Amino acid sequence: MTKSMLEVKNLRKSYGPDLVLHDISVALAEHEVKVLVGASGSGKSTLLRAINLLEGIDDGQILLDGQDITAVKVNPDEIRSQIGSVFQSFNLFPHLNVLQNITLAPRKVHGVSKEESEANAMQMLERFGLADKAKQYPDLLSGGQQQRVAILRAVITKPKVLLLDEVTSALDPILIAEVLALISELKAEGMTMMIATHEMGFAKRVADQVLFLHRGQIVEAGSAKEILEDPKTMELQNFLSALREAGRL
Amino acid sequence: MTYQPSPLRLQREAARRRVSRQSTLVALISTVAIASVLVIVVTGAPGFKLVRQSFFSWHYAVSAFPHVLSGLWLNLRVMVIAEIFVLILGLLIALARTSHSPILYPIRLMATIYTDIFRGLPLLLVLFLVGLGVPGLQISWITNSAVVLGTTSLVLTYSAYVAEVIRAGIEAVNPAQRMAGRALGLTQSQTQRYVILPQALRKVAPPLLNDLVSLQKDSGLISVLGAIDAIRSAGIETAQSFNFTPYVVAGALFVALTIPLTRFTDWLTRKQDRARVQQGQW
Repeated sequence: MTKSMLEVKNLRKSYGPDLVLHDISVALAEHEVKVLVGASGSGKSTLLRAINLLEGIDDGQILLDGQDITAVKVNPDEIRSQIGSVFQSFNLFPHLNVLQNITLAPRKVHGVSKEESEANAMQMLERFGLADKAKQYPDLLSGGQQQRVAILRAVITKPKVLLLDEVTSALDPILIAEVLALISELKAEGMTMMIATHEMGFAKRVADQVLFLHRGQIVEAGSAKEILEDPKTMELQNFLSALREAGRL
Repeated sequence: MTYQPSPLRLQREAARRRVSRQSTLVALISTVAIASVLVIVVTGAPGFKLVRQSFFSWHYAVSAFPHVLSGLWLNLRVMVIAEIFVLILGLLIALARTSHSPILYPIRLMATIYTDIFRGLPLLLVLFLVGLGVPGLQISWITNSAVVLGTTSLVLTYSAYVAEVIRAGIEAVNPAQRMAGRALGLTQSQTQRYVILPQALRKVAPPLLNDLVSLQKDSGLISVLGAIDAIRSAGIETAQSFNFTPYVVAGALFVALTIPLTRFTDWLTRKQDRARVQQGQW
């Protein structure tokens, strides 16, 4: 067993009277990819936001590379600089061009020089066929291009874990494919990832393990094949048949 | 094969030309009609001759012009200096009001009280309080120059307005932008500086410039403290001749001074509107 890069222990979180995460425990080994599936409101996004400390937790513990990041004395900015996050709505900075978007964190957070960070960014943009977009502003890019830039912005600082929250939900099918291709490539390079998605086909391709969340609890866990073809609980069966009816499976 | 416009297109274009010719004609007629009514009413008024003599006398305009113009030089310097200080102070107040840090609570409270007071106080009152009250304290190291105290009053009042405009801009930036900045590991203040503020200032540039136009015009109010600006110079001329034309000259110069900034504001607003329509955010 390789070492645990991320470990969530007995995580509990509520918004007022609503319990959104109920005793969640999950570990992510180095280079492992885990996919979270579940209906909207099942707690997937909250879990990801709790992991990069954008959301406070009520109880439990989160360890990143062995360090307790939920301890009181921890500086959250420093932890976030070691975790990459990508959101459903891209959230690129509209007043900065692609290159500036990607190099902002390396320069301001990690103290890399302008020349070096731009050289790194250009190299990456070239590899993923976006070099001609370097000087363009996000508004002029397609949704798929924007999301790929957002992913590159998150991985250029070589984070220990990459969190992807419904990154294809705002895209049409053709654009989804190019974003998923990029994520598959990151997996091939050994990126440790936690992915919340509705794309079951994609989950099948990249997931080492799939976790099914229902009302803030991990109800089932297993390989994509097991989850899709042999659901054990009523909740997962209902979820899968709802997906099937909607033509998404 | 070359493109031949279809009869349908030619018809449509002819119709459009017809409509546009008609609107030009209507605009022309209504302008002439309204202008004629105005001219007839004003020139036909019983006191017209007297008013024209005392407000629009060419003779007095020419003789007062150099004095008013040299007074305007003072207004110009006051405007520029006040604008610089207003932007700096307004920005600082806006940042204080939008901060969430508990250490800054007293500063946040002071900033809130400050904007409440100075947005409500008439500028004329501030001018009297600062321009006459401060020298009245007889503190030896504080100046009693009317220009400095007048400019200070302008800065105090307009900083409150500008702070509110900038604060509105900061609050109008999508909160997801702040979250994205923090998720990259940027600190609170780095996120504010590199992510939020540039977007906020772009959003509020038109109303901000509008406040600066207003500040330019109000620089004439420092004359109540005795500073020899364009308005005061006009007043001195008027006192000698009992003719009000010098005031009109000063007014015309102020308008000429603010027009470039107002046109620039209009242009910027239109440009931003177009960009929004293109992005489908309207």
